[in-house]
Amino acid sequence: MSSDGTGGADRAGTPVGRRVILAMLGLGAAGATVGGYLQNGIDNVLASVTAKDPTGLSGLLPGGGGFRFYSVADTIPHRSPADYRLTVDGLVERPATYTLAQLQAMPRTRLVKDVQCVTGWRVPHTPFTGVLLSHLLDEAGVRPGAKALTFTCFDGVYSESLTLDQARRPDMMVAYAMDDRPVTDAHGGPVRLYAAPMYFYKSAKWLSGITVTDHVQPGYWEHYGYDVDAWVGKSNGRTDAPTD
Amino acid sequence: MPLPTDATHTTGEAGAPELLRRFTTAERWIHRTTALLMVIALITAAFLYLPALAELVGRRRLLVTVHEWAGITLPVPLLLGLLSRAFRADLGRLNRFGPHDRGWVRAALRGHHRPSGKFNAGQKLYAAVIAGAVLVMIGTGLIMWFPHLAPLIWRTGSTFVHDWLALLIGVLVAGHIWMAARDPEARRGLRTGHVSRTWARREHPLWEKEQRGE
Repeated sequence: MSSDGTGGADRAGTPVGRRVILAMLGLGAAGATVGGYLQNGIDNVLASVTAKDPTGLSGLLPGGGGFRFYSVADTIPHRSPADYRLTVDGLVERPATYTLAQLQAMPRTRLVKDVQCVTGWRVPHTPFTGVLLSHLLDEAGVRPGAKALTFTCFDGVYSESLTLDQARRPDMMVAYAMDDRPVTDAHGGPVRLYAAPMYFYKSAKWLSGITVTDHVQPGYWEHYGYDVDAWVGKSNGRTDAPTD
Repeated sequence: MPLPTDATHTTGEAGAPELLRRFTTAERWIHRTTALLMVIALITAAFLYLPALAELVGRRRLLVTVHEWAGITLPVPLLLGLLSRAFRADLGRLNRFGPHDRGWVRAALRGHHRPSGKFNAGQKLYAAVIAGAVLVMIGTGLIMWFPHLAPLIWRTGSTFVHDWLALLIGVLVAGHIWMAARDPEARRGLRTGHVSRTWARREHPLWEKEQRGE
């Protein structure tokens, strides 16, 4: 008998392989249909497991809780608290450059809300401390015709934007503390933006400049299709609960 | 009587070839390119997903692009391979479970050895599960890649399936590499295309018998 085509130990029998593939496709489709609800339940279980897990390994499972590190730059940029500067310029009466100490001497605000990423993960009750953007804008004196803010970052790549009205909200701040500790390098320290009611890509890490402009200049991810007005639960096609 | 076409050369008075041809050049390149794409997809996945690794490299946008293209092109080597008759024949062998495959997995888990054909039941199941998993990963991946294609509830569900199935694939591929690491002769089969008859007799006796033209 020929070794190709017919005959041989493996050439007859049940087509189990095809059935397994079809079963996988069925399971995959079913999982994609109900997965949204399942993940919520698994998140709750994993959150309680992670809280008691000394190894931290459970944090690596999908939905295992905690922050995930996203950066578009090639390395983690570093500025020491002494070297750090924040410039405020553009359509303002008094452009300024602030040191970290100067920011910390301004009226401080502490907000405790959830952090919601547009990719789905959420970290509950995360305290941020810093200076409200509205205070910095008042210090600089916004000139007529100003409509928006552009944020630049010392990673050299990232940028973000807010309208003037959004920036004046009492939950939009320049944060220098997270979890009541100085913001770490990996989390965007020493100073990052914290746009509490919006998806976390708006909260630019490694903030180095605020420029007041006459129109909204879309930020980094917004060039790749993310919404400019990134309200949690009301943008990017998502329906997450508000972060309050 | 037709000659066994898989045998490369015959030696000895018994006519038993020392080396058996196990895979053609086309089949070996299908395996290599698929393996390369799979490794790229898994490594980029790890660097996108695990914070400790993500902190090392950053460059999220680049990693996402590489991951997407490695994933979407994963079936291409297999599809091109359908042009090869030998590859199609082996796909047929992987698909079919004969009487000798029944109970093979249970026996293997207990440490017993059951005779198998060119592929044992474990290899057949691995091939089918990976093939199905890759298709599901491509489907869910496309929904995440092009968010405007599908409603939100599908996207959340797709992320759920993609994340957990990625873990399963990682474990399966690690197991696959671990099995290969313990079997130099199996690796030689995929490197040179040939295996020794003694190995074939031990690991795939029904196939070895078939190669003798019996």
